Amino acid sequence: MFVWRVAGLPAFPPLQSFSEEESMMRDAVKKFAQERIAPFVSKMDEDSVMDADVISALFEQGLMGIEIGAEYGGTGSSFFSSILVIEELAKVDPSVSVLCDIQNTLINTLLTNLGTEEQKQHYLPRLASDTVGSFCLSESESGSDAFSLKTKAEKHKDYYIINGSKMWISNAEHAGVFLVMANAEPAAGYRGITCFIVDRHTDGLHIGRKENKLGLRASSTCPLTFDNMKVHEKNILGKVGHGYKYAIGMLNGGRIGIAAQMLGLAQGCFDHTVPYTRQRVQFGKRIFDFQGMQHQIAHVATQLEAARLLTYNAARLKEAGRSFIKEACMAKYFSAEVATLTTSKCIEWMGGVGFTKDYPIEKYYRDCKIGAIYEGTTNIQLSTMAKMIDQEYDG
Amino acid sequence: MSARVLVGVKRVIDYAVKIRVKPDRTGVVTDGVKHSMNPFCEIAVEEAVKLKEKKLVKEVVAVSCGPQQVQETIRTALAMGADRGIHVEVSGKDYETLGPLQVSKILAALAKKEQADLIILGKQAIDDDCNQTGQMTAALLDWPQRSPEDGTFASEVNIEADKLKVVREIDGGLETIKINLPAVVTADLRLNTPRYATLPNIMKAKKKKIANVKPADLGVDVSSRLEVLKVDEPPQRQAGVKVETVHDLVGKLKEAGRI
Repeated sequence: MFVWRVAGLPAFPPLQSFSEEESMMRDAVKKFAQERIAPFVSKMDEDSVMDADVISALFEQGLMGIEIGAEYGGTGSSFFSSILVIEELAKVDPSVSVLCDIQNTLINTLLTNLGTEEQKQHYLPRLASDTVGSFCLSESESGSDAFSLKTKAEKHKDYYIINGSKMWISNAEHAGVFLVMANAEPAAGYRGITCFIVDRHTDGLHIGRKENKLGLRASSTCPLTFDNMKVHEKNILGKVGHGYKYAIGMLNGGRIGIAAQMLGLAQGCFDHTVPYTRQRVQFGKRIFDFQGMQHQIAHVATQLEAARLLTYNAARLKEAGRSFIKEACMAKYFSAEVATLTTSKCIEWMGGVGFTKDYPIEKYYRDCKIGAIYEGTTNIQLSTMAKMIDQEYDG
Repeated sequence: MSARVLVGVKRVIDYAVKIRVKPDRTGVVTDGVKHSMNPFCEIAVEEAVKLKEKKLVKEVVAVSCGPQQVQETIRTALAMGADRGIHVEVSGKDYETLGPLQVSKILAALAKKEQADLIILGKQAIDDDCNQTGQMTAALLDWPQRSPEDGTFASEVNIEADKLKVVREIDGGLETIKINLPAVVTADLRLNTPRYATLPNIMKAKKKKIANVKPADLGVDVSSRLEVLKVDEPPQRQAGVKVETVHDLVGKLKEAGRI
């Protein structure tokens, strides 16, 4: 029987197979996260501030420009590598992971796919080396109903005047560049939505006070206001009125990034907890040895494995250029659920110490909740999946 | 400076792994166990790359002896900044019995073949803790050998006018030693802090070349003069006994025949 072999692996290798470069990257990030990020996690959460040295270190390591080509000063690697990096970072700090995720899967992707050569030359090197990006879509009156956004862009000769506001904008405290979705033709409804590239020091751009959040506290989440903000038409990304398409397209991939973040969060929490259960002795044996505990732990481990496979498979499908939207929704929805289950159980397994801030477990529990809410709520994911399932049976 | 540096890197069981002895007592379990570059070798690579960044050497060549898997270790060295690699293929029984004597013969042969001016090695490997390869290699080549550490704090390694300058801390202050090149240097823990392989460097490492070579090509016989008879775990630590008074302590020591 003829068995195809590629690089020493059978032609249909298990999902948890990585190229040498992917393994090296994952190991490098794991080590880096343990040594350069872990010591700061607790303080960043307490103070609700991301340490500036941590952000610089992310840039130095090449983690902020993973898919940006080497010709623009980026790392020149693949989408799957980004997913592995986001997962590894989330094991240590989901806030740092989301900063890296937004940069790579949203900002860099949009600029690489839609930017003119001039825009790419101007922004990609900066995004790879020292500039954080923010994506601005949601408003106070439009979350899931994203395309009912009210921020307007009025055309005047070769520039636009933008007025309006945005809410829940991640990375805003540190961002040097903002991708702002505004409607340039309100009469056309969502078909007027246009994406503008706005530099931080643009007149009329105000960044509001950051939210005081339950979790992901080190990740800044701010409201923005645009007060007669003037933006040149050469700062339009892609075409006028096509913004809604770009947002949907990019969020499909971004969803896999969030799945990876939730997966890393859950795994990191689990990895802190199981050693405790193996050490803690009650009634003369390790609490891990009680059947009730074993069954719960095995159940959670199974859910983690399933979430991992959904996430890796969605990423590989995307890389292979195959249809992946339903699978991406499934991965994000499921990973967020698994993160909630895992963190909740971990606190219980740790007993009293799980409930104190002296141990890292309660932070993971607080951090996980946003997974079911941002970048497409769980209900939106489920509705999207249902629509696709409906179409599948159209015949 | 046109110097070429050879750096030896060894693939060993990762320092964080809990070692277990094989049931047949012939060695430790290595199958499926995480391996990485020997920490002392990482420090050696870092020192070599720093010399290159200071423009004191022209080329850093990473060398490793072993089966296919050691290529991962060489790639890590390339990702840290080495220019190219040499994989000396040794596998099976030969690999199991490979020790400092054979490795130093290989390194000596390579140093001549590659016209190396400096060899930097880790002081010892964390699996066998031999602390012999550096010294043996220098002896075979008849080159001077120095550990900038030698158990004290090392500050710097530099190349000045064809001599290796080593500065190290001693009790009375700073000692500066100059030795003639070519030379062998062995790196200890406090010499430097190895850099992380950044992601862009990992990508660049893919394009760097690793040459394959067999010990026979270098005229080296890798058969071992040593035979491992048995490997055992260290004796289990016995629980201690608490006593209440000095009188009890003396009594117990007498009982145990200690006094």
